[in-house]
Amino acid sequence: MKDQEYTALPPHLLREGKDADSSIDWRKLGFKSGLEIHQQLLTEKKLFCRCPAGIYGKEGEHDAEVLRHMRPTLSELGEYDGTALMEFRTRKQILYLLNQESVCTYEMDDTPPFLINQKALDIAVEIALMLNCNLVGELHVMRKQYLDGSIPTGFQRTAIVGTDGYINLRGRRLTILQLALEEDSCRELADEGHTITFMTDRLSMPLVEVVTGPELQCPSEVAEACELIGRLLRSTGKVRRGAGATRQDVNVSIKGGTRIEIKGVPSVRLIPRLVRKEALRQKALLEIRNRLWQKDLDPKGSARTDLVDHILTNTQSTVIRNALQRGHRVGAIRLRNMGNILSSKTVGGRTLADEVSGRVRVVACLDEPPYLIHRGTQGQNALSNREWRSIRKRLRAKAEDTVAIVWGPEEDVRIALEEIELRLLEASLGIPPETRQVLPDGLNDFERILPGPDRMYPDTDSPPVPVSDNRIAEARKQLPSHPLKRERRYLELGMPRHQTYFLAISPLHTVFDEAVTRGFSPKMAARLLVEERISLRRKGVNISLIPEDFYLDILDGLDKELFYREGTRRVIKAGAERSLSMEKPEKSTKKDKKKDQPEIDIKHILKELNFEPLKGEQLNTAVEKIMNTTDLPETKDPEAQKRYFMGAVMYRLAGRVCGETVSRIVEKTLRG
Amino acid sequence: MNTEINAKEDFKGYSEPALSLLKNYGVRVWSEIEADTDRGRFEGLVLPRSETLPGDHIVLKLSTGYNVGLNVAGIRSIEVKGYKKALYKIPEKEFPFDPEKPKVTLLGTGGTIASRLDYRTGAVIPAFSPGELFGAVPELADICNMKTIKLFGVFSENIGPEHWKATAEAIGKEIEAGVDGIIVGHGTDTMHHTAAALSFMVQDPPVPIVMVGSQRSSDRPSSDAALNLMDAAYAASKGDIAEVTVCMFGPTSDQYDLLHRGTRVRKMHSSYRSTFRTIGERPLAMVERDKISYLTTEYKKRRNDRKVTIDTAFDDRVAIVYYYPNMKPDIIDSLVENGYKGIVIAGTGLGHVNKPLYPSLKKAVEAGVHVYMTVQTLWGYVQMFVYDTGRDIMNLGVVPADNMLPEAAYVKLGWALGHSDDPDEVREIMMTPISHEITRREPIDGYLIMQGGLPEMDGFMKRYKR
Ligand SMILES: [Zn+2]
Repeated sequence: MKDQEYTALPPHLLREGKDADSSIDWRKLGFKSGLEIHQQLLTEKKLFCRCPAGIYGKEGEHDAEVLRHMRPTLSELGEYDGTALMEFRTRKQILYLLNQESVCTYEMDDTPPFLINQKALDIAVEIALMLNCNLVGELHVMRKQYLDGSIPTGFQRTAIVGTDGYINLRGRRLTILQLALEEDSCRELADEGHTITFMTDRLSMPLVEVVTGPELQCPSEVAEACELIGRLLRSTGKVRRGAGATRQDVNVSIKGGTRIEIKGVPSVRLIPRLVRKEALRQKALLEIRNRLWQKDLDPKGSARTDLVDHILTNTQSTVIRNALQRGHRVGAIRLRNMGNILSSKTVGGRTLADEVSGRVRVVACLDEPPYLIHRGTQGQNALSNREWRSIRKRLRAKAEDTVAIVWGPEEDVRIALEEIELRLLEASLGIPPETRQVLPDGLNDFERILPGPDRMYPDTDSPPVPVSDNRIAEARKQLPSHPLKRERRYLELGMPRHQTYFLAISPLHTVFDEAVTRGFSPKMAARLLVEERISLRRKGVNISLIPEDFYLDILDGLDKELFYREGTRRVIKAGAERSLSMEKPEKSTKKDKKKDQPEIDIKHILKELNFEPLKGEQLNTAVEKIMNTTDLPETKDPEAQKRYFMGAVMYRLAGRVCGETVSRIVEKTLRG
Repeated sequence: MNTEINAKEDFKGYSEPALSLLKNYGVRVWSEIEADTDRGRFEGLVLPRSETLPGDHIVLKLSTGYNVGLNVAGIRSIEVKGYKKALYKIPEKEFPFDPEKPKVTLLGTGGTIASRLDYRTGAVIPAFSPGELFGAVPELADICNMKTIKLFGVFSENIGPEHWKATAEAIGKEIEAGVDGIIVGHGTDTMHHTAAALSFMVQDPPVPIVMVGSQRSSDRPSSDAALNLMDAAYAASKGDIAEVTVCMFGPTSDQYDLLHRGTRVRKMHSSYRSTFRTIGERPLAMVERDKISYLTTEYKKRRNDRKVTIDTAFDDRVAIVYYYPNMKPDIIDSLVENGYKGIVIAGTGLGHVNKPLYPSLKKAVEAGVHVYMTVQTLWGYVQMFVYDTGRDIMNLGVVPADNMLPEAAYVKLGWALGHSDDPDEVREIMMTPISHEITRREPIDGYLIMQGGLPEMDGFMKRYKR
C-alpha cells in the first residue's frame, strides 16, 4: 500500500471530507489552513502545582467563588493592543467557581508556581520526538496573555519543547511549527451580560499544543491532518481521552483575506463542514467589501447616533417591548450610503447583520438576541414602517443610508453603537482578524479580536529547565512505532478495519504483537484487546490498571482451554477489580504492597469465578441436565428452540464450556 | 571605560562557556542569529541571560515570541543575521491638573506599584513619574492631582532605619507644603515595619498617610496594583483618617481594599493578595474606588492645619529574638557582647522562655540592655502574672509589652532608645501608646481566624467570595 492511497480518515469522515471538498476549486480560492491541536496529558498531577489532574467538579456543587477583573497591561509602544482594549471595554466581572479537591491557591494566582511537572515534560519530549521536532536545549516557561478571564493570572504558562518537525501526510510533509507544553485554562460555564463564569477544575492541567504550518489545502485534508495527529498522540498511551481532552483551533484564510482562528473545535468530525463554511464566509465578506467599494462612503466619524426609545414606546417588536419594560434604552445609528448592506448574505442563511451583532454581543455585553435590528429583520422583532420612518427622520437618514438599532443599559448601548460603526467600517476594508467560536451547525460566530504578537513574555517565577540528552534518550526508548505503519501491517494480517483502527492507536498494540509472535490467533487477540475492552469501558469498568501480562495470560488460558471465549469479559472484569483493589492505598501498609499481595493470577481468578472447564461426558451430562430442568419454549421453530436452549445453557455455564461444542450437544439432544 | 560597559551589556548575564562561544562567533545580546546545533537549526534573537543561571545555554527568542535555551555544547556553528536592540521607555502622558481635586504626593521607596512590561526581556519597567503613572492607571486623574517624589529605589527587604527617617522627613515637608494626602509606595515584605516606624516618627499628621504596594506585579492582567493604587489615592485624598495606614486587598477577590493601622498591621501570607491583616483590632475602613466605609470611629480625624511632629531619633542596636524550645543562653549573651541595647523577645504563650535563659537575661538587664517581652502567638496580650515562670522572668527585669506586635515593639524600642538610655524613661516611652501599638482592650472580633472545612464555613466562601 502506498502512502498516497492510504488515509488516516475512518470511512465516515472520508465521506464528510469529500462532501466538503466538492464543487469548489480550493487552489483557485487561495485556501490555506493550519491547526493548533491541544491534547491533555495523562499525568497524576497538574503542571505547576500538586493538585490532582482530571478531577471534574459538578456544576452547582462548588465550594467557593472568587471574583476578579482583568486589566490590560501596556504593550511595548505604550499602547494597549486591540484585544486588550476590546476586553477592557467589555468591563467584565470574572467569576471563578472553585472546588476544594481540584484547585489550590496556585490556580487562583495567590501562590507562585512550583517546579514544572517532570512527568508531563517527559511525555512532551516523547511527543516532540514522535513529531520529528528539534528539541530545545533548555525549556523556558513563558507567559501568554489572556484577558478573557479563562486563566486567573491573566496569562497562560507555556514553554516550547520542540520546533520545526513534520509528519507525513498525503505523500508530502506537513510542517509541525512547534510543540509547546502548557497549562490548560478554565471551562467557561456562562457569559451573560457583564459576568463571565468559569469552572476551575480543568485549570492548569498539563497539555501539549501542536501547531502545524498553514499548509493544508482543502477541508478533507484539514480533517485528515487533525485525525492523524490525534492518533499519533493517542498512540503514546500517555494522553487523556474523552470529552474535552482534545480540542483544536483551526486557522483558515483565503486569497485576499485574513487569518481567522476558530477556537475549540470539539471533534474532527465537525472540521470539514466548518472549514468549508468559513472559507465561504470569507469569500462572501470579500464580495461585500467589493460592493461597498462601489458606494460613496463617508470616512469614520460621520455616523450619527441617538437614543430612540421614546419613538418605540408602543412598539410591537417583542424584544424591544421587553427591553423598555426593564428600563433599558434603545439606541440607533445611521451610516451614510451603506444601503441595505446589513442584509447581504454571508453563508448558511446568515447575513452581514449577524456578523455585526456577534461583535455587539461580545464587546458591549448585550445579551438579548438578536442583539441588533435593522430594516431586513423579519418576524416578531421587526419594527413597523412607521417606526422606521420616525427613527430615520430623527437621524436625518437619506434613502441610501443604513440604520440599525440596539438595546440594553445606556452605557452598553453607547458602546454597541460605536462598535457597529467600527465593524461596518471594517466591512469596507475586508475581513477583520478575529477569533471565532464554533457553533453546532458548523457555522461560527465572533469570539474576540485576534490577539497581536506582543502577548508573550518570560515567566520570571519559573527557572529554565535543561532538557538533557539522557532525558531525550529515555523518551526515545518509549516511542511507539508509527500507528499508520502498524495499522497497515495489521490490515495485511487480514484483520478488519474496525479492529485495526483502534489497535493501531492502542497502547496495548505491544501486547498484540507479542501475542501474534507467541502464535496466538490475531483474531482472538484483537477481539480481546479491542472489542472486549471497549465494551467493558463503556459499561464503566475501570480497566486502566490491568497489567499487560494479564492479557497474555487470558490468551494463554483460552488457548489451553482453561476457560472459554464466552467468559472472557468476566475474567477481564475480575482482573480489573483486583488490579484496582491492589492500587488502593489503605490496603498497603508500610510494607511493600507487591510483596504481601498476590499477583493478578489468572488461575486464582478462574477459580474464584468457578470457571472449571467441562468437557466430554461431564459436559454432555451438564447440558442435558439444564435442558431437562428448563421449561419448553412456546415456539415450534427448531432454530428458535435451539437458540432458546443455547441461551439457557450458556447463561449457566459461560466460560466453562466451548460454545460450539455446546451448540452441537444441544442440537443433538433436540433431534434425539 | 565606555567600551567596558558596552562589553558588559553585549554579553549581559553570560558566563563561561557561553561567553567564549558568543565572542567566537561575533554574537552579542540582541544579535539575530541562525544556529546549527546537534538538535537542529534554530533562528532567533539572542537575549540577555539571568546572571544567576549557569553559562551552559544561550537564550534565544523565536519569531513566535517564545524563548528557548540552546546548549552551548551542542552548537556546531552560528551565523549572525543582524542586530536589533530594543530601547524601552514608558509612555508619558501629562497628568491632568484639576484645581477642584485634592493634591496628593506619592513618595516612592522602591517597590513598583505601576509598571510596564518589556515583552522581549520580561523586564518590568517601573512607572513612577505622574505622567508615567497616568499612562498606566489613567483612573488616578479622576481622583486627585498627583505629584511624585522618588526617595530611593530599594527592595523592601533592604529598607531600614535610614529609609524610615528619610521618608518621615519627606512626609513632614509635604505636609508643610500643603498636600491633602500622602501615599507611600513600598514593597510588601517589610511594609508593616515601615508602617510602624512612620507611626512613631510622624505624629499627629493633619492628613492621611497611606502605604501601598502590590502582591501581584502590575505587569500581570490580574494584578492588584492598579486597584490598590486607586484606593490608596482615594483614601489619601478624600479619606478622613489622618494616621499612617496600609491600604491593601481585603479578600482575594477584586472587591475592596482595607485600611489597616500602621502599628497593628502584619503581612500574614507569603503570596496571597489579601496578605495584610489587622491583628487584635478591627481594620479602620474598607475602600472602594469611589467610596470609603469606616469600620470604627476611633481614629484621628483629618485637620486643616499644617502641624505635624516629625521625630526620627532612632538607635538601631535592637534585635528580635524568636524563642524556641531548647534555646541556649549564648543567643542572649552574644547579643549583649555585641553591644545590642535592646532585645524584643517573641515568647511562647503568654510570654515565656525556658529556665536556662534566666541567668543570661539577668546579666543582660544588669548590663543595661532593655529587654521586652511580646508573644509569638501575635494575637493576645503578654500576661506574666498567670504563671510563676512569668513572674520569675519579670523579676529578671524583662518588661511585658502588652499586646504590641513583635515587629512594632522592635521598631518602637529602637525609636525609644533614640530618645533615652534610662531604663525608666525607655519604659515610659515604650508603654505609652502613640498609635494603638498597645490597646487597652481587645474587641471580641479582633481575633477571627476562620478554619476551612468546618461545617459552619460551608457556603461562606461561595457566598462572600473571599
Ligand atoms: Zn493547584
